[in-house]
Amino acid sequence: MTTIDRASVASSAAADLRLDHLDDLEAESIHIFREVAGEFERPVLLFSGGKDSVLMLHLAVKAFAPAKPPFTLMHVDTGHNFPEVLTFRDETVERLGLRLVVQKVQDYIDDGRLVERPDGTRNPLQTRPLLDGIVEHKFDAVFGGGRRDEEKARAKERVFSLRDSFGAWDPRRQRPELWELYNGRHAPGEHVRVFPLSNWTELDVWRYIAREQIELPSLYYAHSREVFRRDGMWLCAGDWGGPRQGEDVETRTVRYRTVGDMSCTGAVESTATDVEAVILEVAGSRLTERGATRADDRLSEAAMEDRKKEGYF
Amino acid sequence: MATETIDPDALSESDRMLVDPEASRDLLRLATAGSVDDGKSTLVGRLLFDTKSVLADQLDAVERVSRERGLQHPDLALLTDGLRAEREQGITIDVAYRYFSTPTRSYILADTPGHVQYTRNMVTGASTAELALILVDARHGVLEQTRRHLAVTGLLGIRHVAVAVNKMDLVDFSESVFTGIVAELQRLAGHVGIDAVTAVPVSALLGDNVVTRSAHTPWYDGPTMLEHLETVEVGASPQDEAFRMPVQYVIRPQSAEHPDYRGYAGRITSGVVEVGTRIQVQPEGFTTTVVGIDRVGRPGEPVERERAHAPQSVVLRLADDLDISRGDLISEAARPATEVKDLEATVAVLSSRPLRHRDMVYVRVGTATVKGLVTDLVDTLDMTTLERGPAPSELPLNGIGTIRLRLGRPVAVDDYAAARRTGSFLLISPDDGATLAAGMVQLTGDLVDADSWLI
Repeated sequence: MTTIDRASVASSAAADLRLDHLDDLEAESIHIFREVAGEFERPVLLFSGGKDSVLMLHLAVKAFAPAKPPFTLMHVDTGHNFPEVLTFRDETVERLGLRLVVQKVQDYIDDGRLVERPDGTRNPLQTRPLLDGIVEHKFDAVFGGGRRDEEKARAKERVFSLRDSFGAWDPRRQRPELWELYNGRHAPGEHVRVFPLSNWTELDVWRYIAREQIELPSLYYAHSREVFRRDGMWLCAGDWGGPRQGEDVETRTVRYRTVGDMSCTGAVESTATDVEAVILEVAGSRLTERGATRADDRLSEAAMEDRKKEGYF
Repeated sequence: MATETIDPDALSESDRMLVDPEASRDLLRLATAGSVDDGKSTLVGRLLFDTKSVLADQLDAVERVSRERGLQHPDLALLTDGLRAEREQGITIDVAYRYFSTPTRSYILADTPGHVQYTRNMVTGASTAELALILVDARHGVLEQTRRHLAVTGLLGIRHVAVAVNKMDLVDFSESVFTGIVAELQRLAGHVGIDAVTAVPVSALLGDNVVTRSAHTPWYDGPTMLEHLETVEVGASPQDEAFRMPVQYVIRPQSAEHPDYRGYAGRITSGVVEVGTRIQVQPEGFTTTVVGIDRVGRPGEPVERERAHAPQSVVLRLADDLDISRGDLISEAARPATEVKDLEATVAVLSSRPLRHRDMVYVRVGTATVKGLVTDLVDTLDMTTLERGPAPSELPLNGIGTIRLRLGRPVAVDDYAAARRTGSFLLISPDDGATLAAGMVQLTGDLVDADSWLI
């Protein structure tokens, strides 16, 4: 029965050469990587070991095979990153034989260029080391894993996002982006942020990870962890500053939907131990991934827009 | 707040189909257009809401803000207006991209503002769309803005147009109002070169005929808006098109494993290519044969392919070692693109700087960037009458008209109506790199071709 169905699918596919939506998204992302490689002198890919950056790198490898992707990787380490993610990051870089630049927020705090915030959150502190890294290495295009479905300010950003020397995004001065003609022209001192995953949704990312059998850091799957409750999220107990007095640490079975700074990335309770279970969970979820797990986006209605104007991704 | 428990066994049938790894869905890119008060944001909000693409935390935010503003119902427009200035002024400034899925399709929706001064955003959002979704207020019928939206849709070569005749609740779901509007739409569509228009009577606010069939329109036996989006056949037919692939990048690993590998990377913009296809490299004019097509697919799939088609991203290997680089176009030798050094095109001005006679620009076509000189402003399109008017002294922001360009060197192009990707271009400012205008090549005009062009 199944065989017959497959055969009829194959013959109708020959008549209508229409791509599956994941193949369509993949072809679009690969096109974007190659455009940047063709138009820019020194591109860099932001690689944290988080799932979106892992997906970006996977697509970049496909785009230039059998050669290596012709660019450097960079990570802005807040000093509060999950150790298993940093290990994963380094092993991946090693396996692919690529070069990684690490900009450390801790270095900036140690020598006084940045000051720790009272709430302990280091995400807003990433902008300075990021921009310094871009200037120091003369990077002219910076790939980021941002997706438009994540947040409503991101929904309005172009695939090629021109930034001034402050890294600032000006939503009113965006270049119109037509067909697949990306305009990457920029003046000295400016750079372009490029978002190859713009059109992917969280569910697309997970379906593609399953299809391509992409390996991720273990904390994306359900595991037992010591956590405590703050602002409605399960935060990880650790050196970064939690828990405070009155916050009780307990052991729960959790997983992470997004991975960033430990101080503002929450875990969700989950029993999903493999990618198929995660997909079911994402499809059934009625909360956005940032809404469920990111304290930094809750600061105000326009928190992301404001950070982008300050040079953030 | 912000926690939930998900029971995989309690997933709905449609949720299950969304995650079924065997289920293959295609991707439909569509663009919306509507006048300021047509209820476009409400319709988009309704589509997102009724397909469960709006999640609880987003809806909480909308409800909270709506309450703070003293509104009785949640204002679904707040879901789509993402920027601070938009929320403060209650307008939509910029193209926003929205995503939703049904069991049979995934959708990328370019939500474009409808006011006059933002025509450039509609051109932008519509450029990649296969289907345009236009809103008409049932009380007002076809307005000047509707004509403008149809004109832009026709110009951009979008073949499928769906019209939501909205606010039917405010005209008592009157059949005669609806059929009157449909007749007017059909007449206009023919005028701007659109083959077919599917109109649906809806109330975006109340949900009638958006996702679920309305009890208020017994006289209407067509599809709901979502049924139409799910079933409309937008399949391109690469097998009928001439093969085109602009070269993006040359891949030369120069590694021990691949010492002599040389492949030309690009995204196929139209047609089908096979191992053995005779191709021409344009504008150089070399002819050779495809000996390999490489595409890294799913795990376990062989990288080397027998054939590939639009819009796949691939790497081609050729029989002869030729001097090919980014900016070249690889075309089917039997049906090559047209090489031109003078170009006639319809342009839409996207910048506050008007386009003038003798402006020097960069022309970005495919992966090539060449110098260009605006030699003529031929005519201008009156967006109210949809008639071509006399040559203007300049084309201002949001202006649409025909121009002639002289190029610094020949490029290979197609007529936009025949091949969108190889018939479109940008005009870019040599001063600050701004995108000045979007162009659509017209090869029907009386042009001097590159070979006979002499100084």
